[in-house]
Amino acid sequence: MSYSITEPTARVKWLAGGLVVAYALITLVPLLWIIATGFKSGADSIAYPPKVLFEPSLEGYVNLFTDRTRATPEMLEAAGPPQNWVEQVARDQGQVIAGPSRFGERFLNSVIIGFGSTALCMILGTAAAYAFSRFRVPLKDDLMFFILSTRMMPPIAVAIPIFLMFRQLGLSDTHLGMILLYTAVNLSLSVWLLKGFIDEIPVEYEEAALIDGYTRFQAFYKVVLPQAATGIASTAIFCLIFAWNEYAFAVLLTSGNAQTAPPFIPTIIGVGGKDWPAVAAGATLFLLPVMVFTILLRKHLLRGITFGALRK
Amino acid sequence: MTHSLIERAAEGTPPGIAQKLRGLSDRSIAWIFVAPTIFLLLAVNIFPLIWTVYLSFTDYRVNRPNRDIEWVGLANYERILGDAGIWSTMQATAHFLLWTLVLQVLIGFTLAYLINKKFRGNDMWTTIIVLPMMLSPAVVGNFWTFLYQPQIGLFNYAVGFVTGKDPASFSMIGDVSLAPWAIIIADTWMWTPFVMLICLAGLRSIPDSIYEAAECDRASKWRQFWTITLPLVLPFLMLAILFRGIENFKMFDLVVQLTGGGPGNVTTLSSIDLKREAFEKWRTGYSSAYGVILFVTVFGLASIYVKALNKVKER
Amino acid sequence: MTKRHLVSVAASALIVGSFATSAAAEDLTLCWAAWDPANALIELSKDFEAQSGHKMKFEFVPWTSFADRMLNELNSKGQLCDLMIGDSQWIGGGAENGHYVKLNDFFDANGITMDDFIPATVTGYAEWPKGTPNYYALPAFGDVVGWTYRKDWFENPEIQAAFKEKHGRDLGVPATLEELRDIAQFFQGREIDGKTVYGAAIYTERGSEGITMGATNALYNYGFLYENPEKPYDLAGFVNSPEAAKGLELYKEIYDTATPPGASNWYMSENIDAYKSGQVAMQMNFAFIWPGVEADANVGGGKSGYFPNPAGPAGQFAQLGGQGISVVAYSTKQDAALDYIKWFAQPEVQSKWWALGGYSALKAVVEDPGFAASQPYAQTFLDSMAIVKDFWAEPAYADLLLAMQNRLHNYVVAGDGTAQEALDGLVEDWTEVFEDEGKL
Repeated sequence: MSYSITEPTARVKWLAGGLVVAYALITLVPLLWIIATGFKSGADSIAYPPKVLFEPSLEGYVNLFTDRTRATPEMLEAAGPPQNWVEQVARDQGQVIAGPSRFGERFLNSVIIGFGSTALCMILGTAAAYAFSRFRVPLKDDLMFFILSTRMMPPIAVAIPIFLMFRQLGLSDTHLGMILLYTAVNLSLSVWLLKGFIDEIPVEYEEAALIDGYTRFQAFYKVVLPQAATGIASTAIFCLIFAWNEYAFAVLLTSGNAQTAPPFIPTIIGVGGKDWPAVAAGATLFLLPVMVFTILLRKHLLRGITFGALRK
Repeated sequence: MTHSLIERAAEGTPPGIAQKLRGLSDRSIAWIFVAPTIFLLLAVNIFPLIWTVYLSFTDYRVNRPNRDIEWVGLANYERILGDAGIWSTMQATAHFLLWTLVLQVLIGFTLAYLINKKFRGNDMWTTIIVLPMMLSPAVVGNFWTFLYQPQIGLFNYAVGFVTGKDPASFSMIGDVSLAPWAIIIADTWMWTPFVMLICLAGLRSIPDSIYEAAECDRASKWRQFWTITLPLVLPFLMLAILFRGIENFKMFDLVVQLTGGGPGNVTTLSSIDLKREAFEKWRTGYSSAYGVILFVTVFGLASIYVKALNKVKER
Repeated sequence: MTKRHLVSVAASALIVGSFATSAAAEDLTLCWAAWDPANALIELSKDFEAQSGHKMKFEFVPWTSFADRMLNELNSKGQLCDLMIGDSQWIGGGAENGHYVKLNDFFDANGITMDDFIPATVTGYAEWPKGTPNYYALPAFGDVVGWTYRKDWFENPEIQAAFKEKHGRDLGVPATLEELRDIAQFFQGREIDGKTVYGAAIYTERGSEGITMGATNALYNYGFLYENPEKPYDLAGFVNSPEAAKGLELYKEIYDTATPPGASNWYMSENIDAYKSGQVAMQMNFAFIWPGVEADANVGGGKSGYFPNPAGPAGQFAQLGGQGISVVAYSTKQDAALDYIKWFAQPEVQSKWWALGGYSALKAVVEDPGFAASQPYAQTFLDSMAIVKDFWAEPAYADLLLAMQNRLHNYVVAGDGTAQEALDGLVEDWTEVFEDEGKL
């Protein structure tokens, strides 16, 4: 058994582990509360005092995906017996289903815009980071700072010109417009992070490839890209988290067509008041894709972030 | 070998053409690689910024489409800088910024330090801790109003359980002295993991050999922490502070959903105030000037900070 | 011939008969706030779709961002909405900036007259300038602030006895705001069914319009006026009269002594939550919630009663809510949109609207002899609609509203300064807005 003097002792490990687990459990409570609220009935969700134990209900999920109307006796009669369990859940609340809600569309918009902008951002960001890392780009440091500075503008301040500009270009309330916008916002972070990762890759590899007769471009995608995969993956997580959850631009620039889920979820109104179970159900479903993405890439997340961003 | 033909052709031709045959020159590749990024940033960031600067010298209002736009010079700037209300939103922003950074750096670094002790299952627990930052800030803000509700929310009951206080005896959002802390707590809950991740990356980048050498010199753990760990993690920590600082200076979604800026104006951060001017009062020219002032402030602070960061790196 | 075929023939006959104006079937988008009545409108509009062949799409935005989003849409001449059920205060801007189509000729051509609608709704939702016969909307949804109370608690003999002992009078629906305050204070902190309950849920929201829509119910009844009735935009002494300050003090007193802890940023849905979960004896809210209260498992079915905003020394008024339906000037489908309004104005449709929980503003519906008894809250709705007052409907209403939100929240919730100072400050803010607008 090899023994390293830098390896912490078992007691230290126990202590550290205990503290971290304690923090993790505390930090989980609000999250678990959100998830649990999604499975409560409307009355239980606002119960006073709050209910920790409750009878699970699918009201929240049914309400999330449907628009309902409070039923008058005539309507109930005309509608006949419920066709399936979804309708049954609505009937139990004294409502009939008027149609599907917009949540599905909003969620799909988020998928298209979130993943679309992340992909575009990775392509542009990797290319730019490679160029900054390997070539003598004039005014390199200034350009790098310029790229970072674009993240400093409060979104609200530029929202009006962007709004007017998008309307002129026909990009207003479109998926493409939002993809371009989120890509631009994320580029600063991704160029900074990726440049660090690429700096880490020894130049000798490419030189060897060039000597073997690869073109610069071939060397880039056959040698550099595979080496930078870790960094690209961990950068992608951060870009996705931002684009997925962005609110200010989404609420100001999108409406019927390209609106994403974040402006939609907090405002889900049921029949009579805010529908907390549906809000919670929406929040839970919305968390899932990023969570899965992160868990899949967690090795990269932990190994990667900002590695070389600081080393020149 | 497929390249040999081109290679041979290249040898026999002048350098310019050789490069063409091999592919694009380095300079054009650099250009092709950087141009889309710069173009996109110019179009979506810089052009609107310039437009904003232009509008800031006018009395334009989006909701008065039929009125002529007049050039008003520096009037908007004078009005803003002379407005006591704006200074109070700046103060609220500074308070929020300072405390979120302090708390997130302290907790985030401690967590990273503990996780770096490599206890069993540290990977899994790290992933769990990271979860809150994957939520949408707007949804988080919205849900924390629910958690902070004295009668039906969990937070007051939890505090009551620990301290023995009556949950209904205090209101995190309603009380003038507690509301600024309500937003700090929610933001810290959400973003501490971000700082933690960056610190963890920093800690893991320190080679074991340095500690081994210190161990041979019989330096105490305490001394090792101050002379090795902290200085080497510092650049990472500073980067985390930079990113969080920029983000929280612009903070909008979480707080707007959580408190709406109240009570009174206690949690009206600059971005919330700016949004009222720009998208509720529709004073486009005025709010453009406001935006420019905020931008210049962050830009100035960040420039100084990045200079300091570069110094730390060079050490 | 199949049955379905028959129906479609009948439907097309109808289209030819009554909707001859529009040629093609269109996709119409109607924009409104996301709330209870909007769901009912989806249901109601199915008849329109069947009759006209047009397809209805709906864009509902929650109240707290409704004004931002929709005014943004109008100001940028957006074509998202063909029909807009815009808030009552937008009518001035909608008319002056050309966002809404003027409907006078359309009304005349189709035999729609504003005399058929409740006068307060015509003034409140359709006219600009106020008091002139220029119409930019058809009253669509009548709404007004009123009160809901726990009838079961009010009728509990023990509670009644305790109240009588304390106040020397019977516990009942309050006739004045001071009585309402007493009742709310009486319930504050009381144990009922093993739970601590509180007095009243009132509007205190900061971000959009909440606290203004709430406090005005006290201000109006104590003598607050928006301007000199003789001289437009003359504010001093009317907005900030000592009587008005008394009204605001009363509102703060209710907030401080008779609302649940943490009720500092509450608007419609928070008040509903507090009431439904049994925290409060009374809630202030717009009438639109009443059908929902009646249907609720915990507080509905006779456990709740309703009363109009109680009087004050200067009279009895209530804050107007509600909206008219307008055709957006930037829409390319205006004919189809007008078809919708024409269909919507029919008495049968309006009466079904009421049955679904939509507050019709049509006299034929509300003056029907069976109306008052049709729902437990119907009479309260009628009484309340008779005493309404509305906020400014000027094009600059948003500026005026933001100033009022700021001043009121600072005083009532944050406890900054005095009521008089808050209203004096409001006069300053409003004067500045009107000067900017060139009205002063």
